[in-house]
Amino acid sequence: MSNEDMSEANLPSEREHAHHGAVEPVGDPFADPGLPPHEPRRQDIDERTARRSERTVALLFTLSMVATVGFIASYVIFPIGKIVYIFPFGHVSALNFALGLTLGVALFAIGAGAVHWARTLMSDEEVPDERHAIEATPEVREKVFADFRQGVKESQFGRRRLIRTTMMGALSLVPLSGIVLLRDLGPLPEKKLRTTAWRAGMRLINQNTNEPLRPEDIGVGSLTFAKPEGLSEDDENFQNVIAKAALMIVRLNPQDIKDKRELEWSHQGIVAYSKICTHVGCPISLYEQQTHHVLCPCHQSTFDLSDGGRVIFGPAGHALPQLRISVNAQGYLEALGDFEEPVGPSFWERG
Amino acid sequence: MKKLSARRRHPLAALVVLLFALAATGGLYAAFAPAEKAQADSAQSLATEEGKRLYSVGCASCHGTSGQGTHNGPSLVGVGAAAVDFQVGTGRMPAQQPGAQVPRKKAIYNQAQIDQLAAYIASLGPGPAIPSKQQYSPDGADIANGGQLFRTNCAQCHNSTGKGGALSEGKFAPTLEGVDPKHIYEAMLTGPQNMPNFPDSTMPAKDKKDIIAYLAQVDSSKAESPGGLELGGLGPVSEGLFAWVFGLGALITVAIWVAARTAKARKS
Repeated sequence: MSNEDMSEANLPSEREHAHHGAVEPVGDPFADPGLPPHEPRRQDIDERTARRSERTVALLFTLSMVATVGFIASYVIFPIGKIVYIFPFGHVSALNFALGLTLGVALFAIGAGAVHWARTLMSDEEVPDERHAIEATPEVREKVFADFRQGVKESQFGRRRLIRTTMMGALSLVPLSGIVLLRDLGPLPEKKLRTTAWRAGMRLINQNTNEPLRPEDIGVGSLTFAKPEGLSEDDENFQNVIAKAALMIVRLNPQDIKDKRELEWSHQGIVAYSKICTHVGCPISLYEQQTHHVLCPCHQSTFDLSDGGRVIFGPAGHALPQLRISVNAQGYLEALGDFEEPVGPSFWERG
Repeated sequence: MKKLSARRRHPLAALVVLLFALAATGGLYAAFAPAEKAQADSAQSLATEEGKRLYSVGCASCHGTSGQGTHNGPSLVGVGAAAVDFQVGTGRMPAQQPGAQVPRKKAIYNQAQIDQLAAYIASLGPGPAIPSKQQYSPDGADIANGGQLFRTNCAQCHNSTGKGGALSEGKFAPTLEGVDPKHIYEAMLTGPQNMPNFPDSTMPAKDKKDIIAYLAQVDSSKAESPGGLELGGLGPVSEGLFAWVFGLGALITVAIWVAARTAKARKS
């Protein structure tokens, strides 16, 4: 098939002249135009060019092999901690850099070689492969349907109703055993989401110094992080406990506190708020001391610590929980109980 | 002697004795008084005097004629010399224009003038003093402890390696790269602008030194980055942007370049 098969009479411009805009089609307008004539590549005509392509592909594959050997060699040679200066990357690990470079070259050279091979040497003759409907012959279809009908009859599936019903019941109950096993996905959280480690009389421990905090340590505009008394960073469950009990302590001028309950729960303007965002539980402590706003870095929820931890921006659904604090007989800050409401993100049964 | 004793009841005798006594006291004081202290005091008051003059010209329009503050600027009574050294030394003050946050810029005053301004402000009320080199120098500090303290207290705003980050309504936590250790120390001590402060009562001086040493280790031109190509060290956003725009872009460009060049002998 080639261009000669196509009649120029089918072109719109020709038809315009012949029929003065008549819509009557000439011949089949959807006729297969066929493939354009095959054009050879230089490699198809000139054997020397083909050889050069062959050498290029082989060179790329060899380069990949060399790079792989280089990868293994650099793995053996470079110690893990060795840092070298490489412009423009700066002070980087010699091992990481060598491994990345050699593996990158090894993979790229295989790809480049394959592409060059396919483009210059593999056959590029266009071959049409026509599609046909996929269907069995009428005789085969007839035979299959007849066999099926006979099978239904011989099994007495339609006649013996009891068997059919009980089989359906058995098949529909079997998957239940799989669903029951999902129970092992874990114990229910029960009360864990509602309580934290804070108890009445527990002192507030400065996370920097591991010393109990005194009110006079905390100046207006300062930010301090506290953990419950008796909790050590070496404890096995430290992360689980601090994930709910983390506190940030700030001091406001008492006349700046707009919320009455917040003022009652504070000690001389020192307020203790949960550090866990009520949206999805990111740690928030991006505290702006002039505006008293706390920003969550995950979804930009903003809480006003001078107004009961109210949400003033963002997706958080609840105010930040405040811990009631006071001073004990020795002059240390202490909690007057656990948080009144669950800390952290909302959950189904929170209410 | 007889002459002297004869006139001891003269009406002016008491006056003469008094004059002798005063001269003796004054002479003795001049001989024994600590001369250096007097000189230092006068140098201090001279610096305060000079600082007051600089203050009247450069600062008083916003902070009030005697540092009491106006609606354009906060009161400077009790902010201390450290706050002045930080704000003026990093070029934040005098502020160029009002806005969400006053950015760092080239310092306008030299260190001598800053010290004079600091002396004047310190004379208005007690506040944190400028730290000594021994306090903020990272030598001999515990870098690992500094890293832990930095992650607890600072990383939420300044990023885990001090690259800075965004805050609400146009405010931001600036990068800590290339900041003088003295200024980092003063910022922790005084809490400039919206940054909370970290006084020695909750973060001892040793901890501040450790934090400065940690920053010198991870956030300087000599900082080691085993992976290389940090893309600003800002986390997944800049990395994802780079991968999608430049990584994928490079792949598409190569694919188009390969397909656009025909392998045919006769170029059409």
